[in-house]
Amino acid sequence: MIRVENLSKSFGPKLAVNNISFQVERGEVLGFLGPNGAGKSTTMRMVTGFIPPSGGKLSVGGFDIVEKPIEAKRLIGYLPENAPSYADMTVSGFLHFTAEIRGLRGDAKKRAVNRVVEMCFLENVLHQSVETLSKGYRHRTCFAQSIIHDPDVLILDEPTDGLDPNQKHEVRTLIRRMGEKKAIIFSTHILEEVEAVCSRAIIIDRGQIVANGTPQELKQRSDLAGAVSLRVNGVPTDVIKQKISVLPLSKKITILKESPQKVSLRVFPKPGSADGELARNLAELSMKENWHIEELHTEEGRIDEVFRSITMPDTVRKEESK
Amino acid sequence: MSAWGNIRTIAKREMGGYFASPVAYVFIVIFLLLAGFFTFMAGGFFERQEASLNAFFTWHPWLYLFLVPAVGMRLWSEERRLGTMELLLTMPITTWQAIVGKFLASWLFLILALVLTFPVIITVNYLGNPDNGVIFCAYIGSLLMAGSYLAISCMTSALTRNQVVSFIISVVICLFLILCGYPPVTNLLLRLESPRLVETVAAFSVMTHFEGFQKGVLDSRDIIFFLSIIGFSLFTTGVIIRGNRAG
Ligand SMILES: Nc1ncnc2c1ncn2[C@@H]1O[C@H](COP(=O)(O)OP(=O)(O)O)[C@@H](O)[C@H]1O
Ligand SMILES: [Mg+2]
Repeated sequence: MIRVENLSKSFGPKLAVNNISFQVERGEVLGFLGPNGAGKSTTMRMVTGFIPPSGGKLSVGGFDIVEKPIEAKRLIGYLPENAPSYADMTVSGFLHFTAEIRGLRGDAKKRAVNRVVEMCFLENVLHQSVETLSKGYRHRTCFAQSIIHDPDVLILDEPTDGLDPNQKHEVRTLIRRMGEKKAIIFSTHILEEVEAVCSRAIIIDRGQIVANGTPQELKQRSDLAGAVSLRVNGVPTDVIKQKISVLPLSKKITILKESPQKVSLRVFPKPGSADGELARNLAELSMKENWHIEELHTEEGRIDEVFRSITMPDTVRKEESK
Repeated sequence: MSAWGNIRTIAKREMGGYFASPVAYVFIVIFLLLAGFFTFMAGGFFERQEASLNAFFTWHPWLYLFLVPAVGMRLWSEERRLGTMELLLTMPITTWQAIVGKFLASWLFLILALVLTFPVIITVNYLGNPDNGVIFCAYIGSLLMAGSYLAISCMTSALTRNQVVSFIISVVICLFLILCGYPPVTNLLLRLESPRLVETVAAFSVMTHFEGFQKGVLDSRDIIFFLSIIGFSLFTTGVIIRGNRAG
């Protein structure tokens, strides 16, 4: 549905988006990750046709956004950053306006408004003016606007920003559910959200894509992925460390927590070890030595760690030079 | 889905925006009070002893100078301030539909204010035997002039997210359009410059072109003048908005 090829945008001398390419098909939820100022919003503004690209090609549902903007925009629902809406209108008035401008009239319009009011839990504030709403309601009003025409493509710029934990959960559930039938792009800097909602994630830094994959794949890029954490009761730390370090697969051991009774530690595998091999070796070792194991599991890796290591080039460089 | 349908939807929303706040009513009251004051006090309606509305219309260029930019200043600057411009321009409409819709809504609002001055027509008809054709003609000229000022305000409001700045710039431009044909100024210029130049400058003045309407003459050149100011300003609004978006 969404095709982006070599997309660039410069503001004067500043290159905000640098040669980005990706695709999103129906049934996919693509998460956009990246630090502030990475170019997420700028990319979304180009996809929705608000700002023209400086270079590259961009089409939605087969329609080029520059050459056939109206056709492309018809397919898109858009929630801009900070969820803007007309302050002096009532929620109902605002939704009717957006339904009408989407070409809905009469009964179809009424049904569309009722549907999104129900989906976004806006019944209680229908006749309140937007400026008197709390931030959560204002956000949901603008979100309701974006899905009023049941679009095939949904672009959501930080849809959970400023919501309380319950509202965040509701919005995520909604996105995941709609993602089954639509092509969705949403940006966030809450990393747990990516695992909860996305089928694929792209990490953008300084206008460039630095990682692209399923949440699972991204997690595997983490240093942590494949490491084994274990907690042992009643064995001196030195003994544990000594025994483990002679295992052929163990590369490095870090102590996470140490108390007179218990020790928690993490063992990193040598590169190229098969999945779960190190954990099995450790289990066998502790059985042989008769250690009292309280916990033993293989780490999946953490997205926030991947994110940090990719988007903080200075630390990466330091590590490489070591 | 049609262009006209989109324009109507946008105009309807904009119109609702005016009447959602007390500002619209305050504006209309001020407009009527000032129009009355200028006509009967400053214009010397009764002292003129003539059955015409000259005293009423002479002041319109000056009356509009502040009131029309006050109506137009929020058109685009408010959209920029609220961020709704991003919402509006990612809807399946063209930029010019949005521009025309917003312009028509505020023009209609000004026309409504102008229509509410009808008691002066009743008064002058009650007191004497005026030429109602001339009065009608002057009303047409007046609303074209209001539309021109409004289009200029629309243009300046696209320049900034600050309504006050937008207001000031459009007052300055409108003032220029008045002064370059205002007799005291042209007389002064005539002493300094060649008559040809002064005439050329005066051709750009709303004063020069509004005069014909006041006399009851519907000259196509005057109509075209006002319509081209509207057209040019709205076109420039589009260019400015495009520039905003391109960054
Ligand atoms: N209209 C604009 N004019 C100039 N610079 C801009 C404009 N919009 C965004 N930028 C710059 O482009 C970069 C990317 O911004 P943005 O896309 O908003 O980042 P993100 O949404 O990822 O936080 C930032 O450095 C920002 O300052
Ligand atoms: Mg952003």
